[in-house]
Amino acid sequence: MEILGMGYVALFMLIGSFLGRILGQLIGVGGDVGGVGIAMLLMVVTTNYLKSKGRPLHKNTERGVKFLSAIYIPVIVAMAARLNVVGALRGGFVALLAGGVATIGAMFLVPLISKLRKTND
Amino acid sequence: MFQAALESFMGADHLIIAIALVAFIMLITKKISKMLGEERIASALAIITGLILAYIGGRTTGGDSGLADVYIFGGASGLGVGLLGGSMIRDYTIISTAYGVKTENLKKAGPIGVISLFIGVIFSFIVGALIARILGYTNPAEITTIGAGAVTFIVGPVTGTSLGVSSDIIALSVAAGLVKSILTMIITPFIADLINLDNPTAAMVYGALIGTTSGVAGGLAATDKELVPYGAMTATFYTGLGTLLVPSVGFLLMRMLFA
Repeated sequence: MEILGMGYVALFMLIGSFLGRILGQLIGVGGDVGGVGIAMLLMVVTTNYLKSKGRPLHKNTERGVKFLSAIYIPVIVAMAARLNVVGALRGGFVALLAGGVATIGAMFLVPLISKLRKTND
Repeated sequence: MFQAALESFMGADHLIIAIALVAFIMLITKKISKMLGEERIASALAIITGLILAYIGGRTTGGDSGLADVYIFGGASGLGVGLLGGSMIRDYTIISTAYGVKTENLKKAGPIGVISLFIGVIFSFIVGALIARILGYTNPAEITTIGAGAVTFIVGPVTGTSLGVSSDIIALSVAAGLVKSILTMIITPFIADLINLDNPTAAMVYGALIGTTSGVAGGLAATDKELVPYGAMTATFYTGLGTLLVPSVGFLLMRMLFA
């Protein structure tokens, strides 16, 4: 059943969200800290474990998960359509410069830091 | 009669209208990218189309949720585009992309990912704060808040509120964060080759350095679908780390430097 795949993802999201909120309380910033990351981590570990035990998800269950991954980009398009683009432009020079330089600068740190790992190998 | 039917139609089925709209955008951008002989850019085009619609929506309604504020797309109540593109569905679909991830790829990039998170938050904060200082802001709390906005548009207002700055500075910090998120979506596919963003390790480093979940999710989606889970996984810890570090250590540092 395809719905089992959707439930499989939902289960990890709920566990992650709960653990993320506990983490948020523990470090005192409130909210959900890293819930999505925790959920993904748990799902990777569980899925790989099931495969290694020779008990991967049923084909139909897998189709439910694959469906969600397939609508991921359309969801991102909808997300883009509801952003406050007008507000970003209205922020003026300070906002453009602060946000812009931080972003582009960070992007050029990517190859530097990725390389760090390679030289450690 | 027709008028009444149309009005009632526009008030119903917002989510379905949103799905139809997004499907239409995906169809058109796919066709355009095929015509251009560059199918790779279809997602980037679709995301940029979304941003343009958000701009038009914001302009016409004066609201701050882009197209979602337009009545037929769900109104500000957020049952249409607002629901489909909201954080609940976004996170649900992002998590599903982790299904194909191999454990060994994560292990390989784990430590460097954590280091990148700290570097990413500190770098964005310092850059944002310095620019605020250069452009004439002198109050350490205000400098910290604008720097926090350069981390993400959530860290900005959280920091500003805890430091008690005025609401126009908070709005500025949100704008800086939005610029970051939108810019990331747009330029990532075009800059990917230049920064060697073509493997899981680089994607994890990238997610941890940039950190804006929506920007990273959109940027990687437009670059290479396979890389999405790796970047998304690290990016999701970034805002949390930012809300932890910036209002505390970050503010102390700014007060030391600029008070």
